[in-house]
Amino acid sequence: MAEAKTVEFWRWPETNWVNPGIDWKSGKFVTVGVDVGSVSSQAVVMVDGKLYAYSNTRTGSDSPDSAWKAVNLALTDSDMTVDNFDYCIGTGYGRVNVPMAQQAITEIACHARGANFMYGPEVKTVLDMGGQDCKAIRCDDRGKVLKFMMNDKCAAGTGRGMEVFADLIQVPVWEIGTRSFQIEKEPPAISSTCVVFAKTEVVSLLQEGVPENDIMAAYCAAMAHRVVELLNRLGVEEKFAITGGIAKNMGVVKRLEEEVKTQSPEANWYDPEMRDKGLPFDTQIAGGIGAALFGFAMLERGKAKSARKA
Amino acid sequence: MTVAGIDLGGRNVHVVILKDDKVVAKAAGATGIQKAEAAGKFYDEALQQAGLKRGDVEAVVATGSSGPRVTFANGYIPDAAADARGVNRLAPSARTIIDVGGEEGRAIKINAEGRVQDFAVNEKCAAGTGTFVDTMARALEMPVEEMAKISLQSTTSIPMNAQCAVFGESEVVSLIHQKIKKLDIARAVHDAIAGRVASVTRIVGLEKDIAMIGGVAMNAGFVASLNRELGMDVIVPDDPDYVGALGAAVAASQGVLGEEVKAKVVEKETIEEGK
Repeated sequence: MAEAKTVEFWRWPETNWVNPGIDWKSGKFVTVGVDVGSVSSQAVVMVDGKLYAYSNTRTGSDSPDSAWKAVNLALTDSDMTVDNFDYCIGTGYGRVNVPMAQQAITEIACHARGANFMYGPEVKTVLDMGGQDCKAIRCDDRGKVLKFMMNDKCAAGTGRGMEVFADLIQVPVWEIGTRSFQIEKEPPAISSTCVVFAKTEVVSLLQEGVPENDIMAAYCAAMAHRVVELLNRLGVEEKFAITGGIAKNMGVVKRLEEEVKTQSPEANWYDPEMRDKGLPFDTQIAGGIGAALFGFAMLERGKAKSARKA
Repeated sequence: MTVAGIDLGGRNVHVVILKDDKVVAKAAGATGIQKAEAAGKFYDEALQQAGLKRGDVEAVVATGSSGPRVTFANGYIPDAAADARGVNRLAPSARTIIDVGGEEGRAIKINAEGRVQDFAVNEKCAAGTGTFVDTMARALEMPVEEMAKISLQSTTSIPMNAQCAVFGESEVVSLIHQKIKKLDIARAVHDAIAGRVASVTRIVGLEKDIAMIGGVAMNAGFVASLNRELGMDVIVPDDPDYVGALGAAVAASQGVLGEEVKAKVVEKETIEEGK
């Protein structure tokens, strides 16, 4: 690029992927989950309950547009079109505004179901660390929600809180986790809970000359500490898995595991076949996977009719 | 007798000098990072105004969240104790004080002698503090003064869903995109913070009269929202941001160099249980 551009450090890259190992035309049911969150949107396309394609995009100001953007990106490298969908379920914050969906299901149900698929049936506690909220979910071995605790009122402990920090410290959001370990000694956590006050605290640490990596460690620790409240209220029953965008930030994840004295499974597919094939693993698509699986289950059991046009 | 009160807060420092019980000088400014130095600087500025030297002052009492860092003070009293004395001096009929500063909001119940009976404070969350107002003014791309002014012209009440300042910023941006008039958004911002402040105040009770002080008291748009929310008019003394410093100076003149008050710390419940 020739021109200098303003760097937006919070701006994580959008992705899409198509499974080359699946011939969708020979499958019976194409089911889709579209998770329109407050910060990111994903579309997950499954063929007979197997992961076929997905996208991970940023949510715009309009939910229907964001849903279309996610679906179109997921299908970019495929010859499948929306008319080939048998059933589509919307989930997430904007779930009722997903134009191509036949139904909406809450993201709590979808994340639990998705985590069950991604990490396996032994998962009993799911922490979904979303863009503007955080939920601790207890589920059974089929991924059915038994109860949950949620914070959607405060930005502390959410992806938005991390984006604000990335912008402030001018470090790309996906580098913060790694850099937070490049320190000599674990510093005390940022003491302010409130993101706005934490910003002030970070500015004064920067001015005191505290190394950036130490400040990242202090912020990750504060974020982990914040969400532990939710987990403690729910009670952590193993296995414990984390979904959502913050699950990619090892700086938060490792410190969180230390606080709850439990390790979360490695970020890889429970299904040995998927694992062996090295299919990409994205903690943000749990909601979309859950939604697509709900659609597949309904079609299989005859509880829903295919809406396929072509 | 010459005494001084220094209110060293999270963002601003205020200094009041009393000579024979009359205010002879005032100074204020931003604390910046070097808070203790800022206190000294504005103290000297006030002394200069009054034509005094540090040696002329018999007692200095500090207050404010960083008050204990004022090294040259002879004593320190908590904000609530300072507010109580300052309000009692300016508005003796007040029994309830609402003090909203840059980073804190507190409600204090006081008696006729200007002593703290009870108080509640929110210092953990920017919602319900001056920081919330500043953040929203930035989202509206206008100075706080302008936002205060235009909000008074609004006749439409729009609810703000966000309680958090970070989420509120996004909500304000989305309201702008929805072509909601800026004056109505400005009112919604003040209504939101007034709601939070009122809920802290209800913890100590709404005994009349109610005095509103702190920097946010200078925001007429906020005061209008607060009056609507409480269903009564609050008293706003002159220079409401100096009341803490005045109260600290009054304490110094009374020979009070320390006082303990116990607060009910309000932490907003953010966790919701679901099934």
